[in-house]
Amino acid sequence: MTGNDGSRFDRLPATDAERRVEGRPSREAVVGFWEERFGIPPETWDGHTFWEKGAGKIWAFAGELPDHVAVETLGLPVLRTRQEHWKPTTDGVQRFGTAATRNVVDLTSEQARRFVAGEDQDLPDWDGDWGYLIAAHELAGEREPIGVGLYLYGELRSVVPKGRRREL
Amino acid sequence: MDVLARYEPLIDDYDAFAAACERPLPSVVRVNLIKATPERVRRAFDEAGIGYERVAWHPGLFRLEERGPGSNWPYVHGWVHGQEEVSAVPATVLDPQPGERVWDTCAAPGSKTTQIAGLMEDTGAVVANDDTLGRLSALRSNADRQGVTSAVVTNRDARKFSLDDLGFDAFDRALVDAPCSCEGTVRKNPDALDDWSEGYLAHVAGLQKGILRRAVRLTRPGGTVVYGTCTFAPEENEAVLDHVLAAEDCRLVPFESPLVSDPGVTEWRGERFDEQVRRARRIYPHQNDTGGFFCAKLEVTG
Repeated sequence: MTGNDGSRFDRLPATDAERRVEGRPSREAVVGFWEERFGIPPETWDGHTFWEKGAGKIWAFAGELPDHVAVETLGLPVLRTRQEHWKPTTDGVQRFGTAATRNVVDLTSEQARRFVAGEDQDLPDWDGDWGYLIAAHELAGEREPIGVGLYLYGELRSVVPKGRRREL
Repeated sequence: MDVLARYEPLIDDYDAFAAACERPLPSVVRVNLIKATPERVRRAFDEAGIGYERVAWHPGLFRLEERGPGSNWPYVHGWVHGQEEVSAVPATVLDPQPGERVWDTCAAPGSKTTQIAGLMEDTGAVVANDDTLGRLSALRSNADRQGVTSAVVTNRDARKFSLDDLGFDAFDRALVDAPCSCEGTVRKNPDALDDWSEGYLAHVAGLQKGILRRAVRLTRPGGTVVYGTCTFAPEENEAVLDHVLAAEDCRLVPFESPLVSDPGVTEWRGERFDEQVRRARRIYPHQNDTGGFFCAKLEVTG
């Protein structure tokens, strides 16, 4: 096993058995996370490769490149690993969360407005899992994911990054 | 100093041109095809009571009644991106196809990169390069908000760009949206011409020639390179094309301009250019109530 080189993008190994870098998640584990937590079908990712740059930041890229590449960014950051609870990104759930079938909390328009402003709010009626949820609302006739919320003790915390918050 | 007066000999209705340059630009957004459709955006604007006008030549452009495209749900979801109407022309002319490899040589802040990714249905790769590190954060946040997964962002000198570490030999297409004196953006930035000088034109033209030559060299034979600037100066437009036509294996091809436009000029201040430069298009602010733009389409021949 070798260490993670934070200066370049490295392609994730297909499975844990093929892992060469300490602590690096496999493609299988990443796809499995989205399926298990949110019901996103594995084939959603068929056109994408997964990459790590920095410690535990996972990026989805639409094509193929050599296994190690020194560029600024590659595709979209979708997930943060190398921590106890893997955390999806706002941009990741906006792009791929439309395929989710569980752990999605549907907000009213007032709740959605507060969520995107970065406010925490009581959510006494939620009877699903604790932890990271996809917060969604209805827009133009369909459910649309806004971002990631952290549900703990009856409260939904907004983890929308500061730069993406808006007073609507 | 009235910089724009130097173009009076080139422009049919100079008074209308000068008057248009004094007016502010309409606020326009482009629909991000990766996350939405024009129809869903229209419905979301209607639900929110946001007033708009459709743009006739492009189904994905909306002119908004109010300024500031950033404070509404379609923006938060990355369904729309604030982009001036004329700025949507070069990627349309480039016409990238799904699965292709495309180079955006001067990509920040990413309006055209994200438009290209949308036209390719977010497949293949758009290598979005910019030599200024400080401009990459805007490029990244625009690409991320729009959910682009097909972009490879690099921070290199486009004139010396190499494909050695990317694992392929050539691009299918390239867009050179070159750094320029930005004369055509005066409607957006009234102080755009404050630092104008002929010395700057000479400097930036050298850069433009170097980048366009590299783009032709890194694009496969039969591939397409689009050259664009948001400026009127022939020194930065036809003279750059004239130089590159003589130095590299390429030719200018005619294309249908989606906006009313004039042909490129073959003569400027005693200098004559290759006749092919007529195939380029000059878009003046008064012709379509937009910013100004210059656009040329090249085919790589060798």
